[in-house]
Amino acid sequence: MSKKYRVLIGKPGLDGHDRGAKVIAQALRDHGFEVIYTGIRRSPAEIAAAAVQEDVDAVGLSSLSGAHLRLFPAVVEELAKAGADDIVVVGGGVIPEDDIATLKEAGVREIFTPGATLEDVVNAFQGVCEKK
Amino acid sequence: MNISNVIEGVSRRDPRSIGRAISIVENHDPGAQAILDSLDAEKIAACLVVGITGLPGAGKSTLTAQLIKEYRSQKKRIGIVAVDPSSPLSGGALLGDRVRMMNHALDRDVVIRSMATRGRLGGVCGSAGAAVRIMAQSGCEVVLIETVGVGQSEMDIVRMADLTAMVLAPGLGDDIQAMKAGLLEVADILVVNKADLRGADALVLDMESVAQQRQERQGRSTRVCSTIANQGQGVAALAQSFKEINGQFQHSGEKAQRRLQARRYEVIDWAVELIRPRIADRVAQKQGFCGDPMLLAQDILAELGVESKK
Repeated sequence: MSKKYRVLIGKPGLDGHDRGAKVIAQALRDHGFEVIYTGIRRSPAEIAAAAVQEDVDAVGLSSLSGAHLRLFPAVVEELAKAGADDIVVVGGGVIPEDDIATLKEAGVREIFTPGATLEDVVNAFQGVCEKK
Repeated sequence: MNISNVIEGVSRRDPRSIGRAISIVENHDPGAQAILDSLDAEKIAACLVVGITGLPGAGKSTLTAQLIKEYRSQKKRIGIVAVDPSSPLSGGALLGDRVRMMNHALDRDVVIRSMATRGRLGGVCGSAGAAVRIMAQSGCEVVLIETVGVGQSEMDIVRMADLTAMVLAPGLGDDIQAMKAGLLEVADILVVNKADLRGADALVLDMESVAQQRQERQGRSTRVCSTIANQGQGVAALAQSFKEINGQFQHSGEKAQRRLQARRYEVIDWAVELIRPRIADRVAQKQGFCGDPMLLAQDILAELGVESKK
């Protein structure tokens, strides 16, 4: 990979379960991405502001606690408000099948649920970054 | 977003434009030259550039986050270039310094950029200088460059910054470490962080003796400061030290001289980096690669039209 892709991995909301986010961050690092990790318990506005400053190609959001329907679209909205609607948002975590269509309609490009392989996730990031 | 919008946006302090501008320059994308040409030398000259360096785990990021808070209480607009290493295996990087600075994420006068070293070994990335200048153009009065966790010989930051603080913590080495050559000889401020931990008093004494030796041998004064960064203690005094040292350097002409040196070094680093791929091509072409490496290097440079033999 010659061009360096930059991505941000974030955890919005009151959710301290960061193992998944860290595993994804390391997998992306191991595939040549520059990964900015913003830690746990951040608001959608904080994540979007960091994504803009860091000029990332994509934002990956991780959620376990069940607030994804509210928080993931909020990040998409905050990015749009900041004039950065070209930064792609993908999400993953414990997300019921029924919610996936709603999230995609709200502008979340991809959703990964338990059982997704690291390869799937890395390929998805690769795909959205290449298309930019 | 076209380049003239980006250039105009940087001066307007637009976060999106600042972020884009740094990326374009870092990636050598089209437009990089226009951006670099647009920067205002006066704004760059007026900005205070401070290097924060030290061992991994000494508390650089926590201290940097506290310095942000201190400068914001003084209503100063501040930039941070936070450098972490690129993986030598994948070329990727995990840039985690920002985690400790997220409390300032919504403050538009705190401009943070995480950067990977991308192969540079001196503790800073090649485009850190450009990122600093873009931040200065956007009105930052102070820019902190947080280096990767360094050992003893990563000196690039000392060449690049107006002044450099070396962050130490108790338990990371004995007094023999302090006697070795390297960063301790050239940093302007020695910061003993985690000053509440056992061993901190002894470390302060060791550092004061380093400072004294420098005074005797080089006639240079070196400050020793104690901080407990995670509680914010000693941080205001540290920022005050930056201000005083900067004032002295401005008065004595040292600042201007360091800026000139910094430019020279940055040009040399870039020249070497820009010619590296052509050298690598030649090396790859050489059949039956034998002989002394230095002599082969001289041959290759001669082929490229660079005279290197003394």
